[in-house]
Amino acid sequence: MRIVLADNVQISWDLVADLQMMLHYPFMRNALLAGTLVAIVAGLLGFFMVLRRQSFAGHSLANVGFAGATGAVLIGIAPVVGMFIAGALAAIGMHLLNLGARQRRQSDIAIGAIFTAALALGFIFLHLAINEYAGSVYNVLFGNVLGIDAAQVGMLVWASLAILAILATIGRPLLFASLDPDVAAARGVPVRALALLFLLLLAMAVAVAVQIVGVLLIFSLLVTPAAIAQELTVRPGVALGLACGLAVAFVWLGLAIGFFTPYPTSFFITSFAFGTYVLVRVMQWARLKLVRRARQQADGPQPAVGGAA
Amino acid sequence: MMTGSEPAANGRRAANELPNNRLPDLKTVAAAADTAVIQVRDAAVIRGGQTIWRSVTLDVHPGEFVAILGPNGAGKSTLLKAILGLIPLGTGEINVLGHAARRGNPAIGYVPQRRHFDVDVRVRGRDIVRLGLDGGEWGFPLPFLNRPAEQDRASRIQEVIDMVGATAYADRPIGELSGGEQQRLLIAQALVTRPRILALDEPLDSLDLRNQQGVAAVIRQISRETGAAVLLVAHDVNPILSALDRVVYVAHGQIAVGTPEEVITTATLSRLYNTPVEVLRASDGHIVVVGQEEEEVSYHAHRAR
Repeated sequence: MRIVLADNVQISWDLVADLQMMLHYPFMRNALLAGTLVAIVAGLLGFFMVLRRQSFAGHSLANVGFAGATGAVLIGIAPVVGMFIAGALAAIGMHLLNLGARQRRQSDIAIGAIFTAALALGFIFLHLAINEYAGSVYNVLFGNVLGIDAAQVGMLVWASLAILAILATIGRPLLFASLDPDVAAARGVPVRALALLFLLLLAMAVAVAVQIVGVLLIFSLLVTPAAIAQELTVRPGVALGLACGLAVAFVWLGLAIGFFTPYPTSFFITSFAFGTYVLVRVMQWARLKLVRRARQQADGPQPAVGGAA
Repeated sequence: MMTGSEPAANGRRAANELPNNRLPDLKTVAAAADTAVIQVRDAAVIRGGQTIWRSVTLDVHPGEFVAILGPNGAGKSTLLKAILGLIPLGTGEINVLGHAARRGNPAIGYVPQRRHFDVDVRVRGRDIVRLGLDGGEWGFPLPFLNRPAEQDRASRIQEVIDMVGATAYADRPIGELSGGEQQRLLIAQALVTRPRILALDEPLDSLDLRNQQGVAAVIRQISRETGAAVLLVAHDVNPILSALDRVVYVAHGQIAVGTPEEVITTATLSRLYNTPVEVLRASDGHIVVVGQEEEEVSYHAHRAR
């Protein structure tokens, strides 16, 4: 992977010309395609992740991916493949530990133990392979969407299509199992198998998403758009669409600004995600305040129930 | 349940199905008209080498309202789960609607023991109810391809929401609703498949008194309107006493079955608990059981043998 910085481009007020200039570069076309696919996959999986309260698990899978990527370089295979293998192993490990854990706290501890061990493993791999890999570590940690080549994009397309196809098939039972595992199990939904399959999908999505935003910033595509969507709507279908749309918007905005400035794209993607999240939370807080005040005013003329007693 | 319509059914049967003038055996006719939706025969559940209960025989008939009572840890929920096919039997058999009990039977609506959706679960109550209808279906939903089916589903969902009285808050996020409101929506979810059996595990637990009465009234009304048999695990019999047809009392690995008047008596409960227990009836009909090990059982968490 090379670090590509698009210098010497000037933004003008003619947005169409700006867009044409951006799309003129093959690396930008690759980045847009890859970024869009990853955003769609991350937005959809993120919705279920937030619903299942597995955002910590997702974050940990990304960190495990770090060990996979460095290990892959050490033995000479593609980092993405290494990331997926490590992620899949970690997913199976988490699943087995979750089955044994009686409480969420216990399973969080188990996940934390796995991901710290994986980080340490990644560090030793890195130490062993330091000469060839030092530069790329930066990319694994923080992402480098502008450095994606056509072969990587091809792999990304297939991985994304596979994830989308599986998700479309298991969507409703997964929603049922995520919201209400007891009833879902009683109705014959294979809750445990779905839990493992979901973690495996997540490992796959994380392996491809890391190329865009990196291990450390992956939250901005997996969790933040889905969390914003669930703040804004209570309809699962709408929330899924909104999470996708937001993730895509963040990636596009990040890419555009990254193209015209000398700063890294993933910083802008993360900043837009975080900014929107804060904005939405503040808006919700204000709305709640207003609703309460309106209710108080409506109740005002009447004596409060039980207040005088 | 023998009812007044029995002789008429008898006559019709004789005329339509038995043209050779052979008079049907009265017992067979009664059994055909009165097929139990649930038949438990000499069942036992053994877990971890310990018998939870054994020699359980029970018939539940359509439209019947049956409460499963007993102290903590006696295996009330286990009985319900065995009927749902979620727990294997050690011995005996359970038939549900003519087939061996199996997991995922859509003819049973199930509301498991008290679950509370966390405040931050931001999904509409209506969508929670909908999961009862299509939550088990694989594949991507494309509602615009089959509008009549989609409308039918929407109207079924609305019907059960109306039935449990949740219309006013069905479109609010479930996490923000009160315990009683959530419970009504979960009952609606169990009802949306139009089940012939409704299995409820402590649906009144952790509700305040007003909500207990409200939810109990909803369940009572459902059993009347839909003709579904209701099996309800309860800690306290009083909120549902007026609606009950029969009681299954589980204690110390044994059960007693009968009307509340038959089962919740000093003699029967003393025999079940194997220790003197006194049943008191208040002037308003409420029942108080004195001397049962309830507190002891819950504090020491020992299992009834």
